[in-house]
Amino acid sequence: MLKIENLHVRIAGREILKGLSLEAKPGEVHAIMGPNGAGKSTLGNVIAGRSGYEVTKGSVTFDGDDLLAMEPEARAAAGVFLAFQYPVEIPGVNNTYFLRAALNAQRKARGDTELDSMQFLKLVRERVKEMGMTPELLNRAVNEGFSGGEKKRNEVFQMAVLEPRLAILDETDSGLDIDALKQVAEGVNRLRSPERGFLVITHYQRLLDYIVPDFVHVLADGRIVESGDAKLARELEAHGYAWVRDRTPTEAHA
Amino acid sequence: MGARSHADGSARVNSVATPFVESMQAAAVSGLPGSGIAWLDDTRRDALRAFATHGLPDTRNELWKYTALRALQQRAYAPRDAGAASRPVADDLLRLDGCEGPRAVFVNGAFRADLSRLDDLPGGIVLQPLSEVLRHQPEPLRFLLAARAGDEDGLTLLNRALAADGVIVRVADGVRAFNPLHVVHVGTSAGSAVAWHLRDLMELGEGASLAVIEHHVGDDTSGHFANLARTITLHARARLDWTIVQRASRDATLLRRTDCVLHEDTELDFHALELGGKLARHELRVDLAGDRARFASRGAFVLGGRQHSDTEVLVTHRARDTVSDSLWRGVAGDRARGVVHGRILVQPGADGSDGCFYNKNLLLSPTAEIDTRPALEIYADEVKANHGATVGQLDDNVLFYLRSRGIPLDTARRMLVRAFCAVTLDGIQPAGLREFCETLLAEQLPEAEA
Repeated sequence: MLKIENLHVRIAGREILKGLSLEAKPGEVHAIMGPNGAGKSTLGNVIAGRSGYEVTKGSVTFDGDDLLAMEPEARAAAGVFLAFQYPVEIPGVNNTYFLRAALNAQRKARGDTELDSMQFLKLVRERVKEMGMTPELLNRAVNEGFSGGEKKRNEVFQMAVLEPRLAILDETDSGLDIDALKQVAEGVNRLRSPERGFLVITHYQRLLDYIVPDFVHVLADGRIVESGDAKLARELEAHGYAWVRDRTPTEAHA
Repeated sequence: MGARSHADGSARVNSVATPFVESMQAAAVSGLPGSGIAWLDDTRRDALRAFATHGLPDTRNELWKYTALRALQQRAYAPRDAGAASRPVADDLLRLDGCEGPRAVFVNGAFRADLSRLDDLPGGIVLQPLSEVLRHQPEPLRFLLAARAGDEDGLTLLNRALAADGVIVRVADGVRAFNPLHVVHVGTSAGSAVAWHLRDLMELGEGASLAVIEHHVGDDTSGHFANLARTITLHARARLDWTIVQRASRDATLLRRTDCVLHEDTELDFHALELGGKLARHELRVDLAGDRARFASRGAFVLGGRQHSDTEVLVTHRARDTVSDSLWRGVAGDRARGVVHGRILVQPGADGSDGCFYNKNLLLSPTAEIDTRPALEIYADEVKANHGATVGQLDDNVLFYLRSRGIPLDTARRMLVRAFCAVTLDGIQPAGLREFCETLLAEQLPEAEA
């Protein structure tokens, strides 16, 4: 589904990713771990299509299509979803209105019929219930005045409504207390399915206690230096990232 | 900046007879409604002579600093549209959601009884087109039509000389109108560029209340010149809700000046959505003359192409415990230019006044420009006064967020522009009109690229 080959990315002239390769198949949960500044968020942003990143070498394909050639909205319609590390507040844009516009834009781009307001409300009510989302938040402006936990939960809620095929969680655990972390993880686990892949980007192993990955990759200095299963995350927790750096870097393939 | 400047810039003599001035002078005063009445002829001739000396305001005038009329000076206009009384107007153009009540329609500056709906005006409300008043009983309006204000500028002089029509509305003491009054100004093609000059009066008696929805529309491509002067007087405890939806044609020049006097315990609630015109200016002067008078304004302009919009909100707190509260949003794309000037002047003795003016603006293109100048002058005690103005751009981070959810760039921009202006539309009544305004706003999104 997602195939990244020898990806080199620069921001403002500085090389951040230096030959990253990764393949994720439907149903797989890949955790991307690594120290600060390793390029974790860059990876998520490049896949989702944020501007300001210069790809100098390598490729990213999604179902064989060149993802890098697509506009961000086209990537979303193809099934890519990025849960932001810092979800933005959009005063004046109602959450429900926004979500319906997003879902219908994606459906339209895929050639599906758009949902009318009744159909959409039904869908939203179901998801609200499943995700334990506070219904009042839907009537507010997007993320405006939301707590850190509410914002992250809103990201997962959007994911539940938009039903992407590849979900990228960019440090969704950051800034969350343990209760909020569990709630967010529960939401994500509910969305795990044989058709859906996940890239879970995190600095800490803590999240992976709740979202148990199939694969763990260690990203350091712009490359994946170690790959393994869920046990790798616990070893990292015990030894720290320095432990990986001291070992011989190996090019990892999932 | 912020110095008390006269609005006239009048000391100079305009020795250059421009095509504009010449075309206005050619407008025969004798052909106007009411001609032959000695005092009216006198004041009109006097004003036209004075206009020829003054010419149009120029950018040395503080209130015209960012709005140059150089291009207008070079244009000549037909003095009036001789066919205005019979030009067909599509009903779609006149209709406005939420305004099914009484309606006064003006086409190319002339009142049209056939398109208006004034039979079912509630008792206590009198609406007359100025043209009829001038023909039949102008004497009661002498105070208005012959007034030589101390700060007349070229445009008010021109208006005094040539005003041929307008809305004269009077609401009797204690009368509260339930349906909003809908006033429509239509600009439609007259073959050549025509000028018109309208003089409005709205006077609300003690305890009266009225809502007025003023709608400017146009399918005109010849580019008319409209010059509106308006006087609004609210007597004690009166309340006026006044909404302007301005969708004049993209070639039109629309210059408006409104002078409001608010006596004690009155309220003026003003909304404006300014979308049309090539050059659209509104100079709104509000005199809070009576204790506890309140003025609130909410407005937005959204500009594209080479549109130019100028909003001047000049509030004078003259009495105790008066309140003014203004909130404006401006959006400009392409090569458009917006100007916002909000001035709050608190006169000696207006103790306990509370005034604020806030204006935020959004530039959608590197070649668009918005100049905003809030100004406070305070000469009283225990006054609360605030102002603030910003000019910014759409946040790339927010745009990316929307796009990453599948919303195309163009739609994302529309959503954000609409959201940016939404706060100025929230209070518009009735709800049908508010929704219509929201739709207009969403459709108006100007080109973002240069």
